[in-house]
Amino acid sequence: MTGADIIIETLIEQGTEVVFGYPGGQAINIYDAIYKRADRIKHVLTAHEQGAAHAADGYARASGKVGVVIATSGPGATNLVTGIANAYLDSIPVVAITGNVPCSLIGRDSFQEVDIVGITMPIVKHNYCVKDVTKLADTIREAFKIAKEGRPGPVLIDVPKDVQIADIPFENKPILPEKPDPIVSETDLNAAIEMINASKRPYIYCGGGVVSKDAGKEVEELAELIDAPVGFSMMGLAAIPHSNPRALGMIGMHGKYSAIKIKSKSDLIIALGVRFSDRATGNKNAYMPNAKILHIDIDPAELDKNINSTLGIVGNVKSVIAAINKRLEKTERPYWQNEIENIKALERTIPEHKSDMLTPYKVVDTVAAAAKPTTPIATDVGQHQMWVAQRYPFEGARTLISSGGLGTMGFGLGAAIGACMATNERTVLFTGDGSFGMNLNELATAVSQKLPIVIVLMNNGVLGMVRQWQTMFFNKHYSQTTLERKTDFVKLAEAFGAKGMRANTPSELEECVKKAFASDGPVVIDCYIDKDERVLPMIPPGGTMDDLVVE
Amino acid sequence: MKKFIIGMLVSNQSGVLTRISGMFGRRGFNIDSLVVGVTEHPEFSRMTITMTGEDYDRDQIIKQLEKLHDVYEVREMLADEIVSRELVLIKVAADRKTRQEIMTAANVFRSKIVDFSTDSLLIEMTGESSKLEAFIELMKDYGIIELCRTGVVSLDRGATCLKNK
Repeated sequence: MTGADIIIETLIEQGTEVVFGYPGGQAINIYDAIYKRADRIKHVLTAHEQGAAHAADGYARASGKVGVVIATSGPGATNLVTGIANAYLDSIPVVAITGNVPCSLIGRDSFQEVDIVGITMPIVKHNYCVKDVTKLADTIREAFKIAKEGRPGPVLIDVPKDVQIADIPFENKPILPEKPDPIVSETDLNAAIEMINASKRPYIYCGGGVVSKDAGKEVEELAELIDAPVGFSMMGLAAIPHSNPRALGMIGMHGKYSAIKIKSKSDLIIALGVRFSDRATGNKNAYMPNAKILHIDIDPAELDKNINSTLGIVGNVKSVIAAINKRLEKTERPYWQNEIENIKALERTIPEHKSDMLTPYKVVDTVAAAAKPTTPIATDVGQHQMWVAQRYPFEGARTLISSGGLGTMGFGLGAAIGACMATNERTVLFTGDGSFGMNLNELATAVSQKLPIVIVLMNNGVLGMVRQWQTMFFNKHYSQTTLERKTDFVKLAEAFGAKGMRANTPSELEECVKKAFASDGPVVIDCYIDKDERVLPMIPPGGTMDDLVVE
Repeated sequence: MKKFIIGMLVSNQSGVLTRISGMFGRRGFNIDSLVVGVTEHPEFSRMTITMTGEDYDRDQIIKQLEKLHDVYEVREMLADEIVSRELVLIKVAADRKTRQEIMTAANVFRSKIVDFSTDSLLIEMTGESSKLEAFIELMKDYGIIELCRTGVVSLDRGATCLKNK
């Protein structure tokens, strides 16, 4: 069997059903191997390798499985870089396979040659250039294991063309066992219990680790047992259903007032699978000075990296919380619930910005009313992303598909394609005219794959998030954030072979959403919103609770 | 700021040094010296890294190194539990007038003269970094033409060793 055949056979052996990618000179052999196995593995051709990388990422986020992307050497490989970095920053398991020039041409600046292993080194969990075909299958097996185990992340395998051509026997092997979870000591568990029992106002802070380890049930149980509210980082936002009254919403720079305020009153932060990103903590030196911090994470390097914890436990959040739950007795904290209710009541008095026009929240609400609890909700990056994060009533653990750490504008459409392929569910993409403009070429992919993706475009004609900062911190110097593009997104959608609709008012939007949710293929709904809509509340960068801007 | 020594066993493959030094650069850690060489086991190379920083930097460096797939073992090596050595080759300007004095100094520092010419001496010296630095300081008066230091290598005293995890 040739190296190229071995690549695809090993992918199938590892459980891969769908791969995303784009062929090219040094990947032809791999594509021939795919052609011969079209009945056993599906390949999705994107418009651009970046879209393929985001699709693999979205696929992994929605399914919990490893996303796979294939590209050719040189520009094919470099086009993956943003997608790989995006997966790395959000700890998403992705395996990227790139073709490269034959070993004899490596290092000679050959046509379409780049050192993709060198380029991606800082943004992968691990990477390889396989120069010996006898090691090819085992390298791919190890790559899957590394991508999945512990704190997940992307792994890249570069395969020179002569290795793809070389012919050796192949045998399937069982899937490699993942590294066992770290063992948590009784001492640590008891210390955690003691901290929780001593706390009068415990607060559970959920991050992406809870989603990644499917620990939502355990978190809900913990919240019940200790009578605590639950706040989320953006990555952890869909960790537990928002219909649970304990779920407060997102914390951080654009968090919900109640989620932030209640957190600031807490005396114990139970931080689960979070990394205390600057967007979540604000000023690190003034972070929760009067609270103890119990930090549980699978990555030892996250403990005390950004915020010092009172107690740090290295372990799988799911099993650690389960172990803690088993040792806890149900305790009620009525005074704390009382305080929480008071803050929530105060929040309700903050007037919501009302308008006959389409407001961002109105857009989110209208879509949410039409969607199912299991509908994957992808976003791009910017204001619309924050409005969705603040407002959307997430119910399912893997329903939010959003670029957290890297904040990649242009992530959304590729990711929505991946999520839609993974779930076979109608998928929603919330995007803005800035983000959508970056990678809207993937509309072609959504059309060719006949994917039911509802693209809700919050069109304000500006790069809203940067504009908001310019409004607040740069004396309204709107430098390069007014688009003046005159793109007709309805016609654009139609040109791609998708459906296009326009909504100027709430009632028009309701009509559009209704039609879109009854359509087969992709639909773009161009929603006009005001360019001066801001994302509020906001804690300015490096600020604290005291700097919160509410209106 | 303190000085730390970190000992590591890593896989003996091309690219490992780039991966490790790249991580230092990316995370903004400063290293004073990094020495790598093959070991008695063909699969492993051994690295000794010396760095200056706070306890936080040391802890983060070790944790981030532990995450790298090519790193088998990494830990801090405490000064009083180890033997550390560094080697320097130093070429000093030397004429008839100064040569004898330099050779006396070299002798006091238990170093070797490994090359001798009419206007220079090449001295090889091994020891702890502080000793090397003292000697280098001393030689400045005579005129250092060039010098080359290896960086620090360290091993645990007694039976303790870095084991493959």
